[in-house]
Amino acid sequence: MSFSLRNTFLVLLVAGLYVLEGTTDFWIFSGSPDSALKMLNFALISAIMALGVNLQWGFAGLFNVGVMGFVALGGLATVLISMPPTEGAMAAGGWRVLLGLIMGAATIVLTVLVRAKMPAGKARVLATLVLLVGGFFLFRWVFDGGVEGIEAINPALFGNIGGLNFGGENYKDYGWMAIVAWPVGGLFAAAAAWVIGKTALGLRSDYLAIATLGIAEIILAVIKNEDWLSRGVKNVTGLPRPVPYEIDLQNDPGFIEKAASWGLDPMTASTLYVKIGYSLLFTVFLIALLWLAQRALSSPWGRMMRAIRDNETAAEAMGKDVTARHLQIFILGSAICGIAGAMMVTIDGQLTPTTYQPLRFTFLIWVMVIVGGSGNNFGAVLGGFLVWWLWVMVEPLGLWIADVTTAGLDPTNWFAVRMSEFGAHMRLLTMGIVMLLVLRFSPRGLMPEK
Amino acid sequence: MDYLNALVALANFVIVPGLAYGAQLAIGALGVTMIYGVLRFSNFAHGDTMAFGTAITILFTWLFQSWGISLGPLPTALLALPFGIAGCALLVLGTDRVVYKFYRAQKAKPVILVIVSLGVMFVMNGIVRFVIGVRDINFADGERFIISARDFKEMTGLDEGLAIKTTQMITVVVAIIVMALLFYFLNKTRTGKSMRAFSDNEDLALLSGINPERVVLVTWLIVAALATTAGVLYGLDKSFKAFTYFQLLLPIFASAIVGGIGNPVGAIAGGFTIAFAEVTITYAWKKVLTYVMPESLEPDGLVQLLSTDYKFAVSFAILIIVLLFKPTGLFKGQSI
Repeated sequence: MSFSLRNTFLVLLVAGLYVLEGTTDFWIFSGSPDSALKMLNFALISAIMALGVNLQWGFAGLFNVGVMGFVALGGLATVLISMPPTEGAMAAGGWRVLLGLIMGAATIVLTVLVRAKMPAGKARVLATLVLLVGGFFLFRWVFDGGVEGIEAINPALFGNIGGLNFGGENYKDYGWMAIVAWPVGGLFAAAAAWVIGKTALGLRSDYLAIATLGIAEIILAVIKNEDWLSRGVKNVTGLPRPVPYEIDLQNDPGFIEKAASWGLDPMTASTLYVKIGYSLLFTVFLIALLWLAQRALSSPWGRMMRAIRDNETAAEAMGKDVTARHLQIFILGSAICGIAGAMMVTIDGQLTPTTYQPLRFTFLIWVMVIVGGSGNNFGAVLGGFLVWWLWVMVEPLGLWIADVTTAGLDPTNWFAVRMSEFGAHMRLLTMGIVMLLVLRFSPRGLMPEK
Repeated sequence: MDYLNALVALANFVIVPGLAYGAQLAIGALGVTMIYGVLRFSNFAHGDTMAFGTAITILFTWLFQSWGISLGPLPTALLALPFGIAGCALLVLGTDRVVYKFYRAQKAKPVILVIVSLGVMFVMNGIVRFVIGVRDINFADGERFIISARDFKEMTGLDEGLAIKTTQMITVVVAIIVMALLFYFLNKTRTGKSMRAFSDNEDLALLSGINPERVVLVTWLIVAALATTAGVLYGLDKSFKAFTYFQLLLPIFASAIVGGIGNPVGAIAGGFTIAFAEVTITYAWKKVLTYVMPESLEPDGLVQLLSTDYKFAVSFAILIIVLLFKPTGLFKGQSI
């Protein structure tokens, strides 16, 4: 009884933090409902990512530090699904790129097959090398030609292959394509997870960590540099969105009338309306995923997973295929991160590869899971909301601390100069200290696993 | 066909930078591998430990520069290095006392220690940013080149120049000194031998009366020295930026694992393997090939296997190949 009372209190506390941000400008709060809603939307996305990491770490004890990569892949899916195809891109080189990619994949499949068929020895090593090197040059020859063709199309505006949105010029009317892109983002992440899981699972636990760290950097390098795919650091902007545009709402007489009846000016009303629209959409996804994760946790499959996590040897002796189960849950968890990544690019309205930083997209999510309570889905979600609040609010908090501590000091004093930048740096420090404190004094998190 | 020019071009663009980068990675990987061997976890905070040591060294460099102290042609940072190491040692010993000691006493699983090191990474990163900021800092002073490309061309009359930066030379020399000292310490001194014994078999070492806390203390001191040295050498050669040190974590881990984690010789071999692989695969070979191939076969492209933006992919690919075919690394490492 007291246990559930504690949880209710925690939920109310976190909800209260968001309400305070929206309603009062006391102390560090901004008192703007708009900023509270924005925070809430990103918290919802973070909570979904935390669910995915919790699935891997909490259920199965898999240490994934490549969350950023899967999140970025989800974002890429949004571009490839919800943007309209660039005119003439397929003819200029799209097919050639596709052929190149297929040839690249075929090389790897062929190598694996040959290696399986041939007996071990010098001949096999030679055959492997010849196939890989030959395949690589062939792939580059076909692929590079296609890329050149695509990137030559109006590079200032396009230069990329575009997406699948069939609206053409009016692609923004097909905002629902963005929602279609979210699960596709999950599929993209799942495919990457399959590749990495196939190679690194079954080895020691920190090898998986290092392998995921690497794959995340590579995925990001691809998104930053393959201009034909994602326009690289030139960013893709103007992505369609599943909610109406503020400007359309402000020009709609019906909406202005409604806004007046709420006692708001059309400007404020429209921004709030759009943000609440996103909040509702994200909440639906979060609840659906939470429900699925909860079902999985209490199903025989979930019990098996926890049994494997707690004692791999015993589970293996009971006839469970540990590596295959790990692969399964690794893919599922990564897919959830991919979905969240796709949602985030949709709400941002643009894909900006330079914003993907491991501290923000990998390690922050880990702090959420550990603070919330690994192994407990509700805990992970709670952690997502709480830590996201902290992440945003630490900056005003840091400025406040800087103001208080340097109150009587000369502004050119060494300490005062360092402190003036303190707000921006305090994020990492706070996250680290919170994580270490929770690990030390409450290692099972705020809402421990039952 | 001009083999001499080809050789000089190769040395200038591949061998010299590869040697310097390899030495930096090797010293970094030695730190990771020492922690792994004695404390038995992969330290994700290592990149930020390097950054912290370098930051302190830079502060002392500025201090010395303001006093007018310099080393003539050599960078002042070398003079500040011992102070950076001392600062870094204080930080890691403090971290060990406040954070890691508790988990060691509990005999926590390695993966828990890895997660704890993530927390430490956050805190250290925050401290570094507070101490020195996030700007790109170039703190190399003194003579820039031992031999510049133009001097080399004038001296030898070749078409190709060979430039050797002072920092590259220093990196290699310092690396040799550091490695010699480390191996002397591990193989000849009593403390070093007790560390190796502890790393090989903890229970047996404890039975024979080795004090574990002393071993841990010495390990952290060595790690602080290695991390700071690696960080300063890298910073002198390129430049200092808090975030790039975090990114060095991947090639450093790859070096340690490829060589066989827990094995110091392996860390050095791994460092050079990764560095040369990165440099050769991302180098545009057109220049060298033009000299070597008959004119009719001259390549028209850049003959660059992968663009430099994918250098992480190279260390990663080598890591995966080693993990798939030889999980204990090139030299036999530990598997805990």
